[in-house]
Amino acid sequence: MEPLFAAAPYTGYVYPNETVFPWGILIVVYPYITGLVAGAFTVSSLYQVFGLTRLRPVAHLALLTALCLMCFVPTPLLLHLGHPERAFNAVFTPHWSSAMAMFGYFAGFYVILLALETWFVFRPYMVQQAQRRKDLLGRLYHVLCLGSHDLSDKAMRYDQKWIFALAVAGIPGALGLHGYVGFLFGSLKSREWWSSDLMPVIFLFSAIISGTALLIVLYVLSCKLRRVPIDVDCVKALGYTLWGFVMFTLVLEGVEFGNVIYKAREGIDIIMAFVTTRLIVPFFVLQFAVGAVTPIIILSYMFWRGTAGRALVAGITVSALLVLFNVIMMRFNVVIGGQEISKTGKGLLIFPWVIFGREGVLAAASVLIAPFLLLLVMIRLLPPWEDEHGDDKAVV
Amino acid sequence: MDDKEKLEKHQIARRAFLGCLGGAVAGGAAVVATTAVLPNEARAAANSAAPAVPAIPGYDWSKHRWAFGVDATKCIGCLRCVEACKAENEVAGDAHHFRTWVERYVYLEGEDRPRIDSQDDPVNIAASGSEGAYRFANRYKDAKVDKAFFVPKLCNHCTHPACVQVCPTGATFKTDDGVVVIDHTYCIGCQYCVQACPYGARFFNPELNVTDKCTWCYHRITKGLLPACVEVCPVSARIFGDLNDKQSPISQFVANNRVDVLKPETGNAPNVYYVGIDKEVR
Repeated sequence: MEPLFAAAPYTGYVYPNETVFPWGILIVVYPYITGLVAGAFTVSSLYQVFGLTRLRPVAHLALLTALCLMCFVPTPLLLHLGHPERAFNAVFTPHWSSAMAMFGYFAGFYVILLALETWFVFRPYMVQQAQRRKDLLGRLYHVLCLGSHDLSDKAMRYDQKWIFALAVAGIPGALGLHGYVGFLFGSLKSREWWSSDLMPVIFLFSAIISGTALLIVLYVLSCKLRRVPIDVDCVKALGYTLWGFVMFTLVLEGVEFGNVIYKAREGIDIIMAFVTTRLIVPFFVLQFAVGAVTPIIILSYMFWRGTAGRALVAGITVSALLVLFNVIMMRFNVVIGGQEISKTGKGLLIFPWVIFGREGVLAAASVLIAPFLLLLVMIRLLPPWEDEHGDDKAVV
Repeated sequence: MDDKEKLEKHQIARRAFLGCLGGAVAGGAAVVATTAVLPNEARAAANSAAPAVPAIPGYDWSKHRWAFGVDATKCIGCLRCVEACKAENEVAGDAHHFRTWVERYVYLEGEDRPRIDSQDDPVNIAASGSEGAYRFANRYKDAKVDKAFFVPKLCNHCTHPACVQVCPTGATFKTDDGVVVIDHTYCIGCQYCVQACPYGARFFNPELNVTDKCTWCYHRITKGLLPACVEVCPVSARIFGDLNDKQSPISQFVANNRVDVLKPETGNAPNVYYVGIDKEVR
């Protein structure tokens, strides 16, 4: 029989109850997925709202990606809950002083917003397909049109207004959703590693870089798979966006870390003991050196040298992969790292990895992969590629 | 609320409570509840603007203000309190789930920092022979000890409990008589409260899949009994009582001693008062 809990080994003195980690890998995956949603949506909005036309080839892909990921945001939480069947208690009878009680509302609002914007963006395509196809899929498109088959200029202008409004509303929505996740951690005064006013901002910017990086990877991969030429200008624009936000995130994380060390409040001894031993590889080497500094160097070098063509695309894609790695390491170092530092300030715990079971690595990996399987289905149903729309009406 | 309304509400709530806890209350058994389960009525009452009298026969929670005292100078580390708590509240008999525990601080000659352990330390478990038996191993018998003392720990039932603040459903709440309890029928098991408690007093009950913690034996104190750990302490290191009663042991303890609380800087305002603790005790 599977044990009911995994006990953590420790050094120094820790409270007896701390030897069971409250939050495991699933809670690492949760802010990661939420961040990807917020980041992907931001990219979509850079085009829809701010008119960055160079991002046009990925704008719709960004929207679909955000929607697919958002559908799976609650899954790590539900898997983690001791009583998932009671999850709606927090929605129907929310305890207003709890940051966590807001999750259902934030997530619900955001799913609706994403679904609405997706519907408006892909309505012309759905109408065309509903009219052309006579098979089962045609009927599905017909249902998805919700009785709205008007593609006149007036109707399209109306749609465009809605898309713009939803994209504008979605920006504070997306940023709020992820800033809120940062607040969940930053507002807890019980853990020095988490308790920081900068935490929501750091979460926010790391979200934007992860979403941008994901879109670079997805776009390049999709072009390769579809055997269509890559829009280098688009990738370059995403590369610039990535570079800027990674720089900003890196500075923020540096300021935050410097703050903890410089203020040197109670518990700093154990934090220093942690940072200078067990955190060297996951924090300094993997998160900072490999995941943040390396892509910045690669991108800076390429932009400085004026690298173009395939080399530029390859360099930006590699940087994006590294940034994706950086952000998951950041989530890990925050969520797990914070719990490895005992509340006694006199001991360190070692996270017990669990492979199988409800909260194991396999479950977390499945939760992370699932949105992309959904995306595979969605891009077949609603192709986000410009060349498949047939006319410009679909591309707003 | 006038007296008649109060009485009616009390009677309704009383019936609900009897329905909930059934024969255990009616029979007046020493061990009533296995957990800190309270009826939903009591939870709702705690959250409402005008709290009703809780649904406990003959008990008016508006008339009490419970508090706990620990005289660390008296504690001998016998761990009978831990044993009694585990039995009384059916806490898992392993080394990772405790509603109360005892810490041992030992300053060895020539060392600046104390060596700290608790009954869950592997050396102590080896000495007792089982995770379900509690003993402090005589591990410093060959060392020169400058100073040593024991500190019992438990939930501080804070005036501003961070755990209650973060609970997304209100399943954990503070009663009018000052006790922080958990409605096990409403808790979703997110463990945000476990994270928020700076004292490590909360844990996840792996059998019930909900959060668990010390309730000062709410099922006992509301019937005029003492918490199990206080009852069994052979040296009266644990003191419990009603701060509204100036003659109660806790009122006397607070009045006659210069008391301290743990981690006051958190702003949680704990209600477990300590005497004889050291700067290293957190």
